[in-house]
Formats: sequence, structure tokens, C-alpha cells
Amino acid sequence: MKHLIDPTDLTVQEIDDILDLAIDIINDKEKYQDACKRKKLATLFFEPSTRTRLSFEAAMMELGGNVLGFSSADSSSTAKGESVGDTIRTVGCYADIIAMRHPKEGAPLLGSFVSEVPIINAGDGGHNHPTQTLTDLLTIKREKGRLDNFTIGLCGDLKFGRTVHSLIKALSRYEGIKYVLISPNELKVPDYIITEVFKKNNIEYKEVSTMEEVMDELDIIYMTRVQKERFFNEADYIRLKDTYILDKSKLKTAKPDLSILHPLPRVNEISTDVDNDPRACYFRQALNGKYVRMALIMTMLEVTV
Amino acid sequence: MKIESIQNGIVLDHITAGKALLVYHDLGLDQLDCSIGILQNVKSSKMGKKDILKIHQEYDINLDVLGYIDPDITVSIIKDGQTVEKKKLKLPEKLINVRKCKNPRCITSVEQEIPHIFKLTDEENRVYRCIYCEADK
Repeated sequence: MKHLIDPTDLTVQEIDDILDLAIDIINDKEKYQDACKRKKLATLFFEPSTRTRLSFEAAMMELGGNVLGFSSADSSSTAKGESVGDTIRTVGCYADIIAMRHPKEGAPLLGSFVSEVPIINAGDGGHNHPTQTLTDLLTIKREKGRLDNFTIGLCGDLKFGRTVHSLIKALSRYEGIKYVLISPNELKVPDYIITEVFKKNNIEYKEVSTMEEVMDELDIIYMTRVQKERFFNEADYIRLKDTYILDKSKLKTAKPDLSILHPLPRVNEISTDVDNDPRACYFRQALNGKYVRMALIMTMLEVTV
Repeated sequence: MKIESIQNGIVLDHITAGKALLVYHDLGLDQLDCSIGILQNVKSSKMGKKDILKIHQEYDINLDVLGYIDPDITVSIIKDGQTVEKKKLKLPEKLINVRKCKNPRCITSVEQEIPHIFKLTDEENRVYRCIYCEADK
């Protein structure tokens, strides 16, 4: 039995297979409508979520399966002091697969040590978010037609942004990708990403503080939100939250085939005047999230049609 | 001061000067009721000065803890006054309950009973990372 805790738990081949399956699902939805009939997905969300939880639930429903779970720690026995391990053992009695989000980093890994059913990390604090990564990879593959040889700018909160960490780790295994890291000093990527991903693998990267200075170089710009919930000090959040806002004027020097990605939710970091630009991919990206989760659920349950 | 030679026990030699008490603490030697000699700042031709620990009892020493503190420490097992074995140390792949993760966002900060486990991720720079949150120690 396999769990998905870190994006690199999947080999490049396994990722490619999941993306291919997702594309096949997109092309022939009816073929998969009963793929997970009589299977149950538990969504254990100890932290609020819109897209991730609903896309998991929609994914399972479109596969003909059922869904149970909770959407906040307050409505689970965690509120009574139950440990993660005990919750997972219990839910494993009722479900065939678990998607779990938790505010503390490493909670899904801890769950996987005791689980009798596959666990999918649906986000753990500021650490990892592998299914968002699969969503991002499917979006890049569909928008660009490839997963190699491009320049990607990652912009905003690169310190606490788990989607950024997961995406960098996953993309580091593909050839010819250049990284431009755009963030204020306080929100730069953690040192371990620099040393153990970029330097260790001789990957080209640069760190800059404005998006204007690099916009014309980018094939993809991945915007992120400065997340209030990751700050212990509200003053720091208020000081940094409006640092990077992408609007129409900043796109003037951008390539005509730039792809603008955002894991969503956004607050104001992408101006709404960008939404109708054909280069804006973020709502297509949200839709891709459902299909890639369908492919992932099928893969982890070892279901074929 | 008289430091008796060991008949049966363990000698930890070539400890970096000043680290003997750290080794004493991390190995939990305070739990033993035998004589333990702690020699600090002993002259050494190789190291300039060094610390030495002499444990006057046979004892199942945690080589992982010792290797983590300093893989260059030499461990000699003494029986009937003779050195019968020298153990070679290396950086352990995993550290279990030797250090605590200090990341307040880590699951170990709220789940009191789970083991604190660190994994060696960079041998050259001796970097260990928490297996849960990947913070270094």
C-alpha cells in the first residue's frame, strides 16, 4: 500500500501515468463514472479548505464513490484531545482511502505510520501539498504541452507557501527548468530548498525582489498568497501582505504565451482585471485539480476501468 | 586526584575538548551507579587537548548518539584490564529521541507521545532534518 505524503513519494513515471490518466478522464468522463463504485473516501480536514476538500469530494463522486469526513478540527474528536494516530486508525475502519489536511507539519506522515488504508496529504501546515503539485503539473502540461525546458517565476510567499515547496521538489526532477524566485527578504524560500534541491542538483535559479525586472523572461508565473494563518505576528502579516500584486500593467512586458498560475484562494495578489486575459490559467487550474485527484484516487486504490 | 585504570568497562577517548559533559548527558550516564571518570582538557598530540570518559562498568552504549555527537570519538571496550574491542563510529542515518524538533509548526509540538526522529540528509555538512516537518535540528 502506498501513501502520498511528499510529492517525491511518486516517481516521475508514476506522475506521468497519473497525468496521462487525468487527461484520459477529461477526454472520456463517462468511461470512469463507476470506477470507484462502493468505495469510500474520507476527507479529514483539520483546517479549513474550499478547493482541495471540495475537489476531492467532487472527484470521488464523479468516480461513482462515496464521501465521508469533517471540515474542521472542531467537528472531530480532536476537539476532545484525540491524537492524529487514533483518528486515522478509527477512520481507516470506515473508509478505503483518506485525504487529510492538518495545520501541523508532518501530521499526515504520522498518520501514514499507523494507517491501514492509503493516506493522501491534502496539505500540512507550511510544508507540503502534493495534490496541488499534481494539479500544477497537469496545468503546466496542458498549457505548455511539456513539463521540461521552461523558465518559471515563483512569486510572493515562498517561505510558508507549501505549494511552492512541493512544486519545486517535483519539477526539480525534470530537465531544463530555470527558477526565478520573487519574494521579499522575509519570505524567501527556506535554506533547505536552496541547498538540497537547487545546489545539490545543479539547478539554475536566481532570487529577485520585484516581478517587473524578470517578467519578460518567464514562461510561467506562479503567484501565491501571503497567508495570514502562517504568521504568529499579525503586524508582520500586515506589513507584507500587499507586497506583490500582479495587474495588467505589469504584464505589458510579459511573453504572449505566458501562463499565469495561482493555487488559489487569492486575496488581492492578482488583480481581477487579469482574469479575462487568456494567459490567466488559475481557474482552469482549479478544474484540473478535480481531474488529477480522480486519477490519483484511482491509482492509489489500484482501480482500473 | 587518582583516576583508577579500568578493569571492565568502556573508555571514550578523543572527545573534542569541552564536549565530555554533553556526551555524559546524551548517553544518559547519570543513570548508571558505577564510577565514571570525566577528564577534561587532557593534553593530546593529535588534538592539542581532548576530553576522556571512563565508565567502570560493561554497558550497552548507544553508538548512534555517540556517532552523532562526534564520529571521531574512539570507543574501547575493556575486559580484565585489556582492550578487547575498538568500535568504529559513523554518523547515524537516524536519530530517535536524541534531539527535539524546535519547529512550533511541527506535529511533534502538539502530539506529546510521538518519537522525535531526525534523518541524515547531508553527510558532508552533518545536517539532520526532522522527518515530520523537515526542519533541521
